[in-house]
Amino acid sequence: MIMSLTGIVLGVALFILALSMTTGFEQLFIKTVLGANGAVRVQDKFQENLVSYQISQQETGNQFEFGRAAGRKYRPGVEHADKVIEGIMEFKNVIAASKVLRGGVEVSNNFKEEPGQLYGIEKDTHLLVSDLEEQIVFGSLLEFQRNPTGVMIGSVLADRMLLEPGESIIISEANEPYRFIVEAIYETGYREIDRERIFVDINQARTVFKRPHETSYVQVSLFDPEKADDDRFMMEAVVQHIVAPWQEREKVWLQFFKALRVISSASLLSIIIIAGLGMYSTLAIIVMEKTREISILRSMGYTRKDVTNIFIWQGFIVTLIGIGFGWLTGAFLTYTISRIPIRIRGIFSTDTFVVDWSFSHYLLAAVIAFFIVMTACILPARRASRLEPADVVRGTSG
Amino acid sequence: MHEGDPSKAVLSCRGVHKYLGDETQQVHVLKGVDINLYRGNTYAIVGPSGCGKSTLLYTLGLLDRQDEGHINIDGIDVTKASDEERTQIRNEKIGFVFQFHFLLPEFTATENLIIPMWKRGNRKALTMERRAHMLLQSVGLGDKTHRLANRLSGGEQQRVAIARALANDPPIVLADEPTGNLDVRNSNIVFDLLYQLSKKNNQAVLIVTHNPDIARRCDFILKMRDGVFTTMDS
Ligand SMILES: Nc1ncnc2c1ncn2[C@@H]1O[C@H](COP(=O)(O)OP(=O)(O)OP(=O)(O)O)[C@@H](O)[C@H]1O
Ligand SMILES: [Mg+2]
Repeated sequence: MIMSLTGIVLGVALFILALSMTTGFEQLFIKTVLGANGAVRVQDKFQENLVSYQISQQETGNQFEFGRAAGRKYRPGVEHADKVIEGIMEFKNVIAASKVLRGGVEVSNNFKEEPGQLYGIEKDTHLLVSDLEEQIVFGSLLEFQRNPTGVMIGSVLADRMLLEPGESIIISEANEPYRFIVEAIYETGYREIDRERIFVDINQARTVFKRPHETSYVQVSLFDPEKADDDRFMMEAVVQHIVAPWQEREKVWLQFFKALRVISSASLLSIIIIAGLGMYSTLAIIVMEKTREISILRSMGYTRKDVTNIFIWQGFIVTLIGIGFGWLTGAFLTYTISRIPIRIRGIFSTDTFVVDWSFSHYLLAAVIAFFIVMTACILPARRASRLEPADVVRGTSG
Repeated sequence: MHEGDPSKAVLSCRGVHKYLGDETQQVHVLKGVDINLYRGNTYAIVGPSGCGKSTLLYTLGLLDRQDEGHINIDGIDVTKASDEERTQIRNEKIGFVFQFHFLLPEFTATENLIIPMWKRGNRKALTMERRAHMLLQSVGLGDKTHRLANRLSGGEQQRVAIARALANDPPIVLADEPTGNLDVRNSNIVFDLLYQLSKKNNQAVLIVTHNPDIARRCDFILKMRDGVFTTMDS
């Protein structure tokens, strides 16, 4: 009994720990991508192709949707960005929307030359659609905002080029150089971003790229980012641009986290299953040892159901205790793990293990353990109730 | 078989047959047993080992089902009763005493007595406990009510078992060699108890025994041989 109890405790605890860690890291990742790229990105103007629309109408009479989908024509970039923002801001879920102009450049100082992506942003509204403000590790946001030729660069790029705030860099596009001052260094933890993104005022970027009125995309923040996937179709219909929610942009990573969660909890499930098997054999042995007592109870008027219930009850108590201690152990382990220092950069930035405290993990672990262990109890309990008291009594006192 | 009005018998059976063993090796153990037991009497069943005494007791006590014949308990025809009905009758109408006491060792003497009362469910908790003490007192164990069952001597355990058989005040007590494991002194104590209680509580007590002294002291002796009763003395 002690063994199966320990198994339940351990299984429940580790199950909770695995869930809290995988969700913890997943949520940090989501926060990172939302903070860097916004919940929704409005990009690429599309236009319905009238020709294909008419053909399909002639053929079938009523194939509007099909005609529309088949006939879309895309043009890169956002057209009439102010209008688009106006339309987007109509949505209740939207916090803010901000224009971005993006393009590839060469970055150099007298030490090194590196490829980079120049992100022209609207310096004030961009802070509302990103976590850029929190991500600054060196320098000052104020200086960056005040200086029209100030840039903000990522920590990886800064390391590579040995750059510090106050130093100047040359940004060149089509071999035409422009001088900027590094005013701040940010770190999102997402390596790809920190290596290449250089933030600058959007008008400066337009000068560099010689595209005076252009916008590559509009970055949007939402009150409820979970709804991004639902909002997109309405948004697309309103602004006639492709709307990319974060769930779609980060599909690969999100699926990776999901797989990680499933694999780790499935493997820990096996501990609970083994505990269930232990419970099964323990109860089966108890039933065998207690045949006399079972028979005497039956002879005194306890029904088969009563006997079954006694063993189910026993299993139930053990399960309950196991879940209780499993919760405590799980919470303790989760807390302990969250204190362990570990430096991770790559797709997010953290200096400790990330855990997510959610009661749903505890509930899920409890439900699974309960279901498995109680199932394991049913068979021995049934066997106990099938015992014929006369057979047992005959065997011992005849 | 036994003088008196059979319709007043608290336990009666007619033509009971019982086979034991599986299909390949069937033993015809009971070969047409008739019996009438009346309240307030003590009956001894005697007979050679293997003649079917225990088998009869379990069949009459509804622990086992007869293959043929009719059984009537306290006015209820239980010949074709369901498992649930038989279980309930065991609880309310029958008290068993076995050769081995069969107490639940993890429980005290009092708790062992409360267990059948609990199932019956016609008494409050406090009343159950008081009744348990009263019964233990009557078997001379008033000072050991809270002793764990496995901390009692063999004779004491058997006395607790008798008290337990009486817990729900059943009209019938069936005892299978209740003194089989006891010395002469304890055998006498246990038998005297069963005998006196049957008079006091107006119960029918059926005792299977190999002890001729004890058999002689019963009101009736039923002699059994090869699955049937042969004669009856009083
Ligand atoms: N499970 C069984 N399968 C087949 N035959 C059995 C089984 N149990 C008992 N018997 C046989 O049934 C007969 C009656 O057994 P029972 O226990 O009723 O005898 P008894 O009169 O109580 O004997 P004892 O005085 O030794 O207790 C015996 O011949 C025994 O061998
Ligand atoms: Mg016997």
